[in-house]
Formats: sequence, C-alpha cells, structure tokens
Amino acid sequence: MLKILKYSFYDLMRSRWSYVYFLFYLALGFVLLFLNNDVSKAVITLMNIIIVLVPLIGTIFGVMYYYDSKEFTELLLAQPIKRSSIFLGQYLGVACSLTLSLVLGLGIPFLLYGLFKSNVIFDFSLLLVTGAFLTLIFTAIAFNIALSNENKIKGFGYAVLAWLFLAVVYDGLFLMSLIVFEEYPLDSFSLAATMFNPIDLSRTLILLKLDISALLGYTGAVFKEFFGTNTGLIISILMLLLWTVLPIGRLAYKAKRKDF
Amino acid sequence: MRYLNGLLVIIIMFSGHCLSAETISVCSTCKIKSIKEGIKTAAEFDTLLIKKGTYKEFNILIDKPLTLLGENFPIIDGEDQGEIIRVTADNVTIDGLFIINVGTSYTSDYAAIRVVKSENFIIQNIVLEKLFFGIYLEKSNNGKVYHNKIIGDAVDEYNSGNGIQLWYSKNVEVDRNIVQGVRDGIYLEFSDNITINNNISTNNLRYGLHFMFSNDDIYTNNTFENNGAGVAVMFSKRIKMIGNTFRKNWGAAAFGMLLKEINDAEISGNTFEENTIGINIEGSNRIKYINNNFIKNGWAIKVLGACYTNTFEKNNFLYNSFDISYNSKLNDNVFNQNYWSDYAGYDLDQNGIGDVPYRPVKLFSYIVNRTPETIVLLRSLFMDIIDFSEKVSPVFTPDNLLDANPLMKRTK
Repeated sequence: MLKILKYSFYDLMRSRWSYVYFLFYLALGFVLLFLNNDVSKAVITLMNIIIVLVPLIGTIFGVMYYYDSKEFTELLLAQPIKRSSIFLGQYLGVACSLTLSLVLGLGIPFLLYGLFKSNVIFDFSLLLVTGAFLTLIFTAIAFNIALSNENKIKGFGYAVLAWLFLAVVYDGLFLMSLIVFEEYPLDSFSLAATMFNPIDLSRTLILLKLDISALLGYTGAVFKEFFGTNTGLIISILMLLLWTVLPIGRLAYKAKRKDF
Repeated sequence: MRYLNGLLVIIIMFSGHCLSAETISVCSTCKIKSIKEGIKTAAEFDTLLIKKGTYKEFNILIDKPLTLLGENFPIIDGEDQGEIIRVTADNVTIDGLFIINVGTSYTSDYAAIRVVKSENFIIQNIVLEKLFFGIYLEKSNNGKVYHNKIIGDAVDEYNSGNGIQLWYSKNVEVDRNIVQGVRDGIYLEFSDNITINNNISTNNLRYGLHFMFSNDDIYTNNTFENNGAGVAVMFSKRIKMIGNTFRKNWGAAAFGMLLKEINDAEISGNTFEENTIGINIEGSNRIKYINNNFIKNGWAIKVLGACYTNTFEKNNFLYNSFDISYNSKLNDNVFNQNYWSDYAGYDLDQNGIGDVPYRPVKLFSYIVNRTPETIVLLRSLFMDIIDFSEKVSPVFTPDNLLDANPLMKRTK
C-alpha cells in the first residue's frame, strides 16, 4: 500500500497539479494578508474559503484522479496485490498531497506575517486541521462516487452535486425546517443536523473559536452545554473522524467486491 | 467646581480644628482597647489610630467628626453579627481598615460601612471581605470613596449585597476601587452628579455598575469584566460614559452595556470586547456614540425599538458576528463615518471614505431574532448568499439604515 501511496503522490507531483494547488493557496494567503494586514481578520476570511473551496477541490480532484488513473489501476489489479491496498494507496496519495499543499500553502504566508507573535495561532491551527479533515472526507466521497459510476460524466455530475448539496442546499433545507418548526424546541435537532454534514461540522468547530460570544446568546441548556464547555469541541472532532473513517471504509469494502 | 468647594470646606474645617485635635491610639495593649471605646472617649475632630490587630466588633457608631486611621490594616471582624460601621456625622474619614464578616440579613441591608445623612466623608484604603453590602451611602453628599478593595464571595443574587451602593446621594466621587464577587459592583439609585473613575469591577453576579434613576453622572476609565450581565444604565438622564472597557460578558442575557430609558447621554471612547451583546439599547433617545471600539462581540449593538435620534459616529466595528441588529423596520438613528471591518467597498477618489454605503444590518440577524436556534448557521455559505441578496435589494431591513460614509481605515 505504501508503495502505491508513494507512486500516486509522486505522480501528482510530476503532473504539477500539487504545485498548482500549493501555489494557489500560497497566493491566496499572501493576498489576504496583504489586503487585510491583520491576521485575525484574515483568519475569518480564510474560514469562509476553507469551508467552501477545500471540499470542492477535494471532490473534483478525487474524481478526476480516479478516472485518469483507471487504466493504471486495472493494470495493478492484474498483479498479486491486495485490492484494498491499491485503492487506499491511491486515495491516500491524492488526499495527502492535497492536504500538504493546503497546509504549506497557507502556513507559509501566515508564518511570514508573524503568526507566532499574534494570539490567533490556535484559531489558525484549528483552521488547518479542519481543512485537512475536509480534504480527507471529500476526496473519500469523490472516490466512492467514482468507484460506483463507470460513466465519467455521471460520476463528475454526482460529485459536484454532492458538494453543492452539502455546501449550500443542506443549509437551506436546514434553515427552512428550523423556521417551519420554530414552535418546537429545536436545539437538540439543530445540533444533530450540523453533525450530519461535514461542512457544517467544520464550520461549527471554527465558530466555537471565532464567534463563541454570539453562540452563547441563545438560552437553551443544550446549546450552553455544547458551546460553553469543551464538549462541543470534542464531539465535533470525533464526528469529523467518523466522517473520515466511514467513506474510507466503504471505499475499501466496495473495492473488494467490484467487478472490473 | 462643586467637588473643589467640598474639598475646600474639608480642608478649612480640618485646619480650623487641627490645633485642638488629638490622636488616640487603639490596640490590645493600649489604654483604649476597642474602637467603640475609642470613639466614646474621642473629642470632635480627633484621630483614632487603630494599630494592627483583630477587633471583634460590630455596630460601631461614629456620631462625631472623627478620623479612623488604620495602621498596617487592622482587622475588624464582625463575626456575621450585623452592620459594622455606621457614620452619622459629617467630616468623617475612614482609612486603612480590613473589615470582614458582615452579617447577612433579609430584612435590613447590613453594610461594612454605612454612611447616613452625612456630608464630606472620605472612605479610603479599605479592604472588605466576606461582606453582605460593602460601602453603603445613604442620603450622604459631597464625599469620596477612594482606593478600596471589595472582595465578595456571592453565590446567589437573593442573598448577596452590592459592593458600593449610593442611595439618594449627591456629589460623590468613586475612584480607583476594585470590586469583585458581589451582586452589583457599584449601584446608584436616585444619585445625581456622581463621578466614577478608574474602578475595576469584575466577576460580579449581576452588574458591574448599575444606574437607576440617577442623572448627570459621569463614569470614565473603568473596567468591567466578566460580570453576570455587564453594566446596566436605566431610567437616567445626561450620563457621560467615557473611556471605559467592557469585556467578556458572556451569556444569554449578558451585555457589555444595557441601556434602558436613557436620554441625552454621551458614550465615547469606550471599548467593548468579546461580549455576547456589546450594547443593548431599549427606549433610549438622543444618545451620541462616538469613537467607541466594538471588537469581536456577538452583537455589537442590538436595538430593541423606541430608540430615536441617536447618532453613531467614528466608531470601529471590528470582527463582530453581527454589527447591528434591529427588530423593526423603522429607523431614526444616524450612522455616519464609522469603520466596519466587514465593509467590502472601494474608495476611488482616495478621500478615506468608501464610495458605496455600508448596510450594517444583516438579514440573518432578523432570522436569528425570530428563530434563535438558527444561530448554528452563522457564517454558512447559504447565509452569506441570502445576506448578499438582501444587501443588494433590502426587503426586510430598513432601507435607510446605512452608513453613507463608511471609513476605509479604522479611527484611532
């Protein structure tokens, strides 16, 4: 598996996609800091970007890579290698290179602008951790979709739809249901609903650091327990882990049974 | 001027009597062993020098002009019996005492030091611990409460008292006190022309500072941090609030500052940082908000109706979750030349003022007002999209509620 991981990783390096991605984040980081000249404000803007853009790039990249390397995969399948190592190796290769580009691309400009001197270091590292998680989750989802669809166009369509649903539509439906059922106690429901969407989950995780004063404005005891103590942080991180493990598990399971 | 006059009066009175004033020492080995005894033997305008030691006394009545001076903070232990010192005479100075264990009562407000119907008092360098009420001024004017430290251990609002309470008192100066762990740090009721400067009021159960029916007061350079509900200014007129810091008042009903029925006030140069609500305004008119900093609050300003002709000028709104929240479609307040960290406009003519007006009220804040649970959707892409569309064509928010001249750089 490690060999395949390494191969995928270097393959991406050679194809320069990793560099493009890396340079994009590098430029983004520098531009943000140059325009704002204030690390704490840049962190807020960055959060919006991470929550929307990272999943999108993860999804598209994952699908693209899977379809691109399909012939090579079939070649590998003819060899005496475990199927799960082939697919997991490929997946981890893509996910790791994306994560690395993200962390380095954003980390370098912020370091140069004196991150260690400011007090947002914890917020920023949390941002990078959630970014990494989102990359892992959405690449896994993309691999799952690609694996289940032979048709490239269909696969692409589903992947983009999945991203659109989780990034925008889900929140719309969520909001509608909250407003329609506003007569009922909704605090447990609203917290549960955030758990079922990795993007909302990461958003909540970052909100816990950035907007805690606003979140505590609501009277509910459940909210108070969740946001006011460390419970929220722990539960969110656990859920993110679960969100990472589940698609990877399904990937390994499906890969074993798929007929090529 | 009034304070100066008051001080002059004190100085003249003291100098007039200095010739005859004596110093009486009180200690466990002296001739006079208790404070009560000392007061009894003292003549008017004498000084009672209380040496280091523990004095288990309560209901000490000071009924003549005296100076109680503590040496190395002698302890007066009330043993939870009741009130400790009551002043009923003019020109009394109490200095350098350590008072503990004030009695708790549900029918009378026992205080560590109560000043009743007296003038020209000075209470300074007092340390209070384990108290019910701290310093209670009742119908007493022209005094000074200076550099005291009040450390309470209040747990419930119903059985705790206030740190410094002024009731029907005028022209009092409250300066450089530290108040913590009581119900209201500083409480004013029917007290006019009070000056409250440089105090630090933290960790109190209810309010750090609380005004009720008190007019023409001024408070500057105070720090209010982590109080149950922040600072409340209610039913008062012409109050000046300058250069104070309001920090970390978190909770469902916590505010940096709560304004209710306040007219003609001036609020300038204050810093509101990390409060759930920076300023909560209700039924307050003709208030000027100038040069304040609102940093990382949940809501920088929450307007709850019946607020007319207020002006917000040259304030900095930095990284608040919501800058302004309104609950009605009506707006009669003016926002001008503020700096908004969320402002995304441009300044082509380079005059430091953005060319596009800024709309500080987001549609999302309306939704949150209506359905509070939606707060979990804060900063989601969907919300940004609907906020943007509301900004382009306001439907729910008052369309005249805008800052026509948003600043490009924050004001200093």
